Amino acid sequence: MSAKNKKFVYGIFNDDQVVLNAIPALRSKGLKVKDVISPFPIHGLDEVLGLERTRISIACFLFGMTGCGLALLMTSYMNIFDWPMDIGGKPSFAFYKNLPAFIPVTFESTVLCAAHGMVITFLLRSKLLPGVEPNVIHPRMSDDQFVMAVQINDDSEIANVESQLRAAGAIETKK
Amino acid sequence: MHKESELRPPLILGDKTWHDITEDVCRPVESKANKWWWLAFSVSLAAFIWWVIAVSYTVGTGLGVWGLNKTVGWAWDITNFVWWVGIGHAGTLISAILLLFRQKWRLSINRSAEAMTIFAVICAASFIVSHMGRPWVAYWPLPLPNQFGSLWVNFNSPLVWDVFAISTYFSVSLAFWYTGLIPDFAVIRDRANTKWRKRIYTILSFGWIGSAKNWQRFEEVSLVLAGLSTPLVLSVHSVVSMDFATSIVPGWHTTIFPPYFVAGAIFSGFAMVQTLLIIVRKVLTLEDYITIYHIDMMNRVILITGSIVGVAYITEFFIAWYSGVEYEQYAFINRATGPYWWAYWSMMTCNVITPQLFWSKKLRESVFATFIISIFVNVGMWFERFVIIVTSLHRDYLPSSWTMYSPTWVEAGIFIGSIGLFFTCFLIFVRVFPVIAMSELKTIVKSSSEGAKKKQAVTAKQETH
Repeated sequence: MSAKNKKFVYGIFNDDQVVLNAIPALRSKGLKVKDVISPFPIHGLDEVLGLERTRISIACFLFGMTGCGLALLMTSYMNIFDWPMDIGGKPSFAFYKNLPAFIPVTFESTVLCAAHGMVITFLLRSKLLPGVEPNVIHPRMSDDQFVMAVQINDDSEIANVESQLRAAGAIETKK
Repeated sequence: MHKESELRPPLILGDKTWHDITEDVCRPVESKANKWWWLAFSVSLAAFIWWVIAVSYTVGTGLGVWGLNKTVGWAWDITNFVWWVGIGHAGTLISAILLLFRQKWRLSINRSAEAMTIFAVICAASFIVSHMGRPWVAYWPLPLPNQFGSLWVNFNSPLVWDVFAISTYFSVSLAFWYTGLIPDFAVIRDRANTKWRKRIYTILSFGWIGSAKNWQRFEEVSLVLAGLSTPLVLSVHSVVSMDFATSIVPGWHTTIFPPYFVAGAIFSGFAMVQTLLIIVRKVLTLEDYITIYHIDMMNRVILITGSIVGVAYITEFFIAWYSGVEYEQYAFINRATGPYWWAYWSMMTCNVITPQLFWSKKLRESVFATFIISIFVNVGMWFERFVIIVTSLHRDYLPSSWTMYSPTWVEAGIFIGSIGLFFTCFLIFVRVFPVIAMSELKTIVKSSSEGAKKKQAVTAKQETH
């Protein structure tokens, strides 16, 4: 939504329920409601906006499987194949016999890769990194105001969109 | 919209709006510290300096400066390590397990409890590094290619499991905590009226604006991280307990250890959360958010986990007798009646008897009683680890090696100093970080706050008339 060549009109709301009710009403009148910026997650907003379900948990599962596989490879290579040790009369000569003792490390490695892989994916995919300049549309959009972004094709639509937004409950509008 | 019975106690007192929450939570960050904060900070910092001196002296001279001997090779170092790791567990329990159970009362306390987790694990790690004696070879437990003929670490060893468990736990807790902090940093950024505050919180908030997609991913990440952290936190203290349980030392070699340690960890962690939050809510005037109801809920967890710990103590004793193993039986009789009887009975009093007082609703809802009992539990859980470690080691299979252990000023310094390190970190945290997860707390204003419940009651009345 922050693409430079697109034009938006922003409606500022002060209630989440009003925002939720306004979106289908405005869309039925032909307004292109693209996004809502809110100080906290609004439940049901995804469906109303028509957002697709995030696939980040699938990424997390794949990262976890990678971590699990790497740990199994690491333990078997280091302790069984490369340098098997015989400690306390309990030799490490067969992977399947040692597997129970390798479970803790495998589990921790799975969680490590799954959690960090997912968080890093989340940050990169959402373009959240130290130094990113935020597009602050309204100073209270992280406090108690809700910003609805409506896309327009050219400036002639502004007046119409603004009045529609106000009719739907916006307390303020912004170009 | 989510509706909640007005009979349920409100989670936010007073007629708070979203903006009030922002104001109340940001106030400590945006205002100057009072003299009480500076006093507490100076004391903590002084203790921390003692820690620096004691650790430097240990590293520079060698482990001989501690009170350890050939028989008792582990004492205060590992006692403190297990104590701190255990304390950390409550933070993850609150933020992860209570999230999965949809317990909304977690929202006022999860941020500070997670901060406590991070700082407690830092304190715990400091004992691991200092008890090595040669911290410059602290990388040896890592599976790195090396010059010793590529002799790898032994993945069958619980000590190596511990390295993986603690480092995973620390880094995942940190990621979980920071992810939750990003939207709240953005709140401070958008309100900032000084150049430096704006600049610092812009960097810390990673450019967060809170678009629909941001929040959708944020919620999914929080949920999945909670799902990952739940087995993780249970695994961490289980692995810590296996450091003992897989050995053949009488008093350590028991299969009850993993669940018993996890229950004890949550027990001590909640006690520490109470100790901290009772002070924090008063000093930062957050009584409307961390209410008597929150204190009551946490006291219930203390009561339950304290009872589990009590049953575990008695079970251990019974199993020692039932096993028929003389060494095992002696270890337990020695704990209760030997030279360290005072440590054992301090543990029994603080951990088994004091939490039972919480059956009384009056005491559960008393801030003063909760504070005192939480201190008792903290002390009791420290003694539990001391009893397990020192009384098991000081008299084992070979009576000619039997001896006593007492700490030196260096060990005392590292222990007191680690408390100083913890409080130094925590006091900085309450000044520069939002101590309540305000973005998440705002989601329950319309359903669970006192104001919302009043409105609901009024509408209900109008409907019936």
